Amino acid sequence: MSSPRWDIVVVGGGPAGIAAAVRAAETGASVLLVDDNPSLGGQIWRGAEDNSSLRVARSWRERLKRSPAQVLRGFRIFDQPVPGVLLAESAESVREIPHSRLIICTGGRECFLPFPGWTLPNVMGAGGLEAMVKSGVPVAGKSVVVAGTGPLLLPVAAYLRKRGARVRLIAEQASRAAMLRFATAFASQPQKGVQAIGLMWQLVGVPYRLGCWPVEAKGAGKVRAVVLQQGGRRFEVECDYLACGFHLVPNTELAALLGCELRDGAVWVDDAQQTSVPNVYCAGEPTGIGGVDLALVEGQIAALAATDKPREAQQLHQLRARHRAFAAALQRAFALREELRKLPCPDTLLCRCEDVTFHRVAKCQSWREAKLHTRCGMGPCQGRVCGAAVEFLLRWNIESVRPPLFEVRVESIAIELTVGPTPQVSQGAEG
Amino acid sequence: MRQTFDVAIVGAGIVGAACALECAQAELKVAIIESSIVGGGATAAAMGHIVAMDDSEAQFSLTRFSQQLWNTLRTELPREVEFELTGTIWVAADEDEMSAVRNKNRYFTSRGVPAEVLDAAALKQAEPNLRPGLVGALLVPEDSVIYPPTAARWLAERAQQCGASLVRGKAIRLRGGSVEIADGTAISSSLVVNATGAWAPELTPGLEIRKRKGHLVITDRYSGFLRHQLVELGYLKSAHSVTSDSCAFNVQPRATGQILIGSSRQYGAEHSAIDHKIVAGMLARACEYMPALGKMAAVRCWTGFRAATPDKLPLIGPSVTDQKIWLATGHEGLGITTSLGTAKLLVDQIVGRRSAIPIEPYLPARGSREHVYA
Amino acid sequence: MPEIIHVSVNGIAVAVESGTTVAAAVLQCGISSFRRSVTGEPRGPLCGMGICFECRVTVDRLAHAKSCQTLCTPGMEITTDE
Repeated sequence: MSSPRWDIVVVGGGPAGIAAAVRAAETGASVLLVDDNPSLGGQIWRGAEDNSSLRVARSWRERLKRSPAQVLRGFRIFDQPVPGVLLAESAESVREIPHSRLIICTGGRECFLPFPGWTLPNVMGAGGLEAMVKSGVPVAGKSVVVAGTGPLLLPVAAYLRKRGARVRLIAEQASRAAMLRFATAFASQPQKGVQAIGLMWQLVGVPYRLGCWPVEAKGAGKVRAVVLQQGGRRFEVECDYLACGFHLVPNTELAALLGCELRDGAVWVDDAQQTSVPNVYCAGEPTGIGGVDLALVEGQIAALAATDKPREAQQLHQLRARHRAFAAALQRAFALREELRKLPCPDTLLCRCEDVTFHRVAKCQSWREAKLHTRCGMGPCQGRVCGAAVEFLLRWNIESVRPPLFEVRVESIAIELTVGPTPQVSQGAEG
Repeated sequence: MRQTFDVAIVGAGIVGAACALECAQAELKVAIIESSIVGGGATAAAMGHIVAMDDSEAQFSLTRFSQQLWNTLRTELPREVEFELTGTIWVAADEDEMSAVRNKNRYFTSRGVPAEVLDAAALKQAEPNLRPGLVGALLVPEDSVIYPPTAARWLAERAQQCGASLVRGKAIRLRGGSVEIADGTAISSSLVVNATGAWAPELTPGLEIRKRKGHLVITDRYSGFLRHQLVELGYLKSAHSVTSDSCAFNVQPRATGQILIGSSRQYGAEHSAIDHKIVAGMLARACEYMPALGKMAAVRCWTGFRAATPDKLPLIGPSVTDQKIWLATGHEGLGITTSLGTAKLLVDQIVGRRSAIPIEPYLPARGSREHVYA
Repeated sequence: MPEIIHVSVNGIAVAVESGTTVAAAVLQCGISSFRRSVTGEPRGPLCGMGICFECRVTVDRLAHAKSCQTLCTPGMEITTDE
């Protein structure tokens, strides 16, 4: 059985990926959209009936359904065995995905920072707890503290409250001054201002503290309380769940595996969203955290550029610039404060897979040395959690990506390929 | 002020680190020069077996001698070196391989290495997850495994405690009497030792060392699934070929419960990129022998370069071109095992001690006339 | 009306709605500790999106299943550490 070579393969079915697949397929190109979840939408549009961007999400999903794009759900890309061919694994099988051009829309993930007690059960990411609740975890009547930083905290708190949780407190590490500066950015994006006001309305009665962050989670066997710091003051709040995330970081692993250049932790792209590797495009969070609106525009530009429609792509540049400016303001507002570099104690675990303390890692000179000598980042998450933390805490560069990108079955790597490399891609890549 | 050393060792892989410790313990003033991470090159890529091997009499003496040195050291090794006395089981798939088992058994037992022939039933009992239908095996219980990068670091740290200096820098030229570093400085030393593995010819041009690329895969933790290091006897056929690419079934239980899956050998592959065809072939072979491996989660895949000499024996001693430039390289797939023996033989020569085993087979001056007079 | 399916968590029968993840089924049983870390600490889900591997459990005797990415199916046997 030989697989067809797709004109365009889009990896990741969040907003950027859906927009890219739709626009590419509408030009008549053969398009395959691959996503690792059982359903499309990415983290942001997961269970979209609960989401304020409901209308946008629904219209893109419907447009995707009408388009001739094919969708492969529940498959995770784990390797590029030869240029122009990806390997993807599902719970049951493995597939080769040959393509001429690729659009990487792998989204972002929450950034977690280690502090004493952060490994206790029921301490989760903010997006993490929201995702768990959407997949069936009951929180009615439970006490929850939402903490960390980023624009995600408010919608998460609002969602949890809607599901019956008692949200005790929202602790945002960004300062009041930073947030006030950020508020001026809403002037150019009034609809975002309206969304924010709507959220605040849903959260009336919930304390929202700025310049406040968690320093310790307490409990035996699971979290019982969180200690927070605000100014010079520390105080304790009891909770059943601590939902704590420090904004998002780009998922750059696939791009890095393909050899795409990274800058400041994000995939570098040109005006056409093309990466440093010819025929490989990238859109949305992997190019820098920018949110759903920017992701939608970038996905479309990538698709139009990849299907040789440069003029149509250019028409979207202005819109992209506007969303990028807003994203930049957002990044500035939620920049992690210096004090957070002191969050872990020497004996706080940094690597949760291999249980490596912060102290042991900090003694090393580089990420690779820490990996080899302490096993930090060598467990199944492959440094996705601790790597982002050490980039901030120790200012290290996290280099080197090795296949498989995710844990996969041994037999999935052992498959014999039935297709060869893309002719034009393989010529350019050797050297 | 410029420091002068008795010995400057270039390369802090496991071989360089072991040599540094041995030098320091012999009260030589020693420097180890490393451009990157201690134990970060082929040492980090290696499987980490400590095995007695019987390819040749010389290979046997060095591996067995080294293995005994490791066994003496084992109570001192810290936990993170992950020393595990797993033993090796050489697996026979057919009657031909079973007769190889009996030969190997005679060879080992006549030289004082404990070994035991297992029939099919005993093999099944020893490793229940091997496929049915195997004929038998040879169990060599004194073989062991370690985690090489931490072992190299431990050796280097001990050397430093005994007075050795660790110098961070990239050596770009070796002269009799000094090592030039990329930052423009020089380390002055009576003797210089090239211990840079497969990269040794870059610093000592003309060395007959070729890169022999290997691939490895490691799984998530599955404690108890595998108990011994397993090697197919077909390995003997494939590892001997010095021209063609080959794969063989070779798995190791790690102290963590992870399973390390090897092994492959390739000549002429200079790029460290993973070659899917080789990995797929290697894993398919592993799954033939242990079908349940197929459903296990693989965490990581990597490559490394063995430093291969034409006669498959390391180079230990003064180079043929310059008596002040010494070599400790060419260990092919046995550098972890033979690091300790190499260190002894090197320092024996430096200080004029009598060696525990004959050193001639490993002297760089062995071999062809052209080589000697090159 | 969502369909009700039956699974077992540590040998105890549990009824969940279809579409429930294994992680949710475990938490519904009041179990917060999904696995023991390599040094024996209790751990539970962190990221909820399949990247942190903290929520691993044994599903139908296969170790290391990511419970937040696995949907419950009828008759599924879910086992947490201890």
